[in-house]
Amino acid sequence: MHRHPPHDSTRDDSPIQRLPAGAKMAAALIILAAILATPITHPWWLALSAAVLLACAAAARLPGWPLLRRLLLLEPLALGVACLSLLQPHGLHLFLWLMARSTLCLVTLLLLAGTTPFGDGLAVLRRLRVPALLVTTLALMHRYLYVLGDEAQRMRRARLSRSFSSSPARAWRTQANVAGQLFLRSVDRAERIYAAMCARGLGARESRSGLAQERGRA
Amino acid sequence: MHIPDGFLDAKTALVCGGLSLAGLGVALRQARRHMPPRRVPLMGVSAAFIFAAQMLNFPVAGGTSGHLVGGVLAAVLLGPSAAIIVLAAVLIVQCFVFGDGGVTALGANIFNMGLVSAGGGYFLYRAMTRILPGPGVRGRIAAAAFASWCATVIAAIACAGELAMSSRVPWGVVFPAMAGVHMLIGIGEALITCLIVLAIERARPELIEGAHTLRPQTGRGLEWAVFGTLIALGLAIFVSPFACKWPDGLEKIAGKLGLGAHAAAPLAAPIADYKLPGIGSLTVATSVAGAIGTVAALFLGLLLAYVLVPKPRPVPAASPKTPT
Repeated sequence: MHRHPPHDSTRDDSPIQRLPAGAKMAAALIILAAILATPITHPWWLALSAAVLLACAAAARLPGWPLLRRLLLLEPLALGVACLSLLQPHGLHLFLWLMARSTLCLVTLLLLAGTTPFGDGLAVLRRLRVPALLVTTLALMHRYLYVLGDEAQRMRRARLSRSFSSSPARAWRTQANVAGQLFLRSVDRAERIYAAMCARGLGARESRSGLAQERGRA
Repeated sequence: MHIPDGFLDAKTALVCGGLSLAGLGVALRQARRHMPPRRVPLMGVSAAFIFAAQMLNFPVAGGTSGHLVGGVLAAVLLGPSAAIIVLAAVLIVQCFVFGDGGVTALGANIFNMGLVSAGGGYFLYRAMTRILPGPGVRGRIAAAAFASWCATVIAAIACAGELAMSSRVPWGVVFPAMAGVHMLIGIGEALITCLIVLAIERARPELIEGAHTLRPQTGRGLEWAVFGTLIALGLAIFVSPFACKWPDGLEKIAGKLGLGAHAAAPLAAPIADYKLPGIGSLTVATSVAGAIGTVAALFLGLLLAYVLVPKPRPVPAASPKTPT
């Protein structure tokens, strides 16, 4: 059982996928701003944003069921917060408005994530002069997300196949040991990654310029 | 605790965004200056680790399960600046790849779970390791448990303040709900954090004890000053208007800054416009429960430390290791 997404829809070929990542990110931000700027007195303006989003989804030819499932998975989080708004005057109106807005925003984000490869998004960030350390962290995180997820899954399976039953108290202890082991493996992995990065020329530019300075001095 | 899109108004989102941008900027600067290059990959892999650790569920009473936030865990393992960057990376990926937490609420989420939970939690952890009796492993375990309980609850209160300031949900409802639930979740967070720290401490004590290998030693004063100021500022803006009854000063400042009519309404009348009975006493009861809970969390941390960690053997004189 792998945590890899079974089908990477960001690599599909459709008019939306072919657009540059920067344009898609800017468009998503504009749509988000339009949704969030809709006043509570004119809730029907949201229908316009919904129509635009539907058109985008249709043009991107995204598989509908995974999108819907993810939406249903995330919706309870918004629902929990929105429910609290029911406990005030005109609560129902506010509740419906909040739910509609957050659902549309969520659809926008899921469409963006479904049509834009993460690496392309990072390239846009790099062009926007986001600090390199943050971009590198994001890139490595995305690279090792599924690797560590698989590793955690593997360790869980190994534990289940070797230990028979466990009381809740033991389960906490074991779970923590698994997480601790996972961190230690992450540290070792980071060491290997650094070695690999050096082997592929990390820091070469600095040492070369250092060398040039040495020569200049000599 | 991930706030979705559409729940914060523009003023709250902008204030949160400014605070977390400043905090993240200082964290990045600190990490770039003081972190050896060979530690840079560790940040990305640690972010993936925190993400994976958040997927590990642990059983909670009644057949439900909870999961970790990992702010204090990251801070204990990596130091405050790196932990803030790691948590920010986790939140950014959760937002853009998995749709968990909104784009406009990203600033608020980074403030709550990065700055308050990881940064604030770390300072609490450091302070407690100095104050608590019993040097070495026991003190660190107790401090980690206490800090992660407090960090979870304070982050939840900040989250409640942000939601109430956006006047989407009344403070009298959201504060007891968020603080109450997270006082329970915090117990799980404290337990799992100190168990993970203990597991790492057993296998590779130098990763936690010999902090200098992982964590920049210089520039501590700046970190304390900047992160402390930002957290205090955020809590003062989001929580204090509701917690105390003197909003006039803030109202004046808001008026001067031109936030005027928009800002003044939620600041001036936090509990005026709804009429559920007993809410006022619920807020007071939650505050009292929080105060009692803090003391209880301290004792829980000490108890955990004494139960989990065997009595330290006297260190042989030949050993070069000194307890810190």
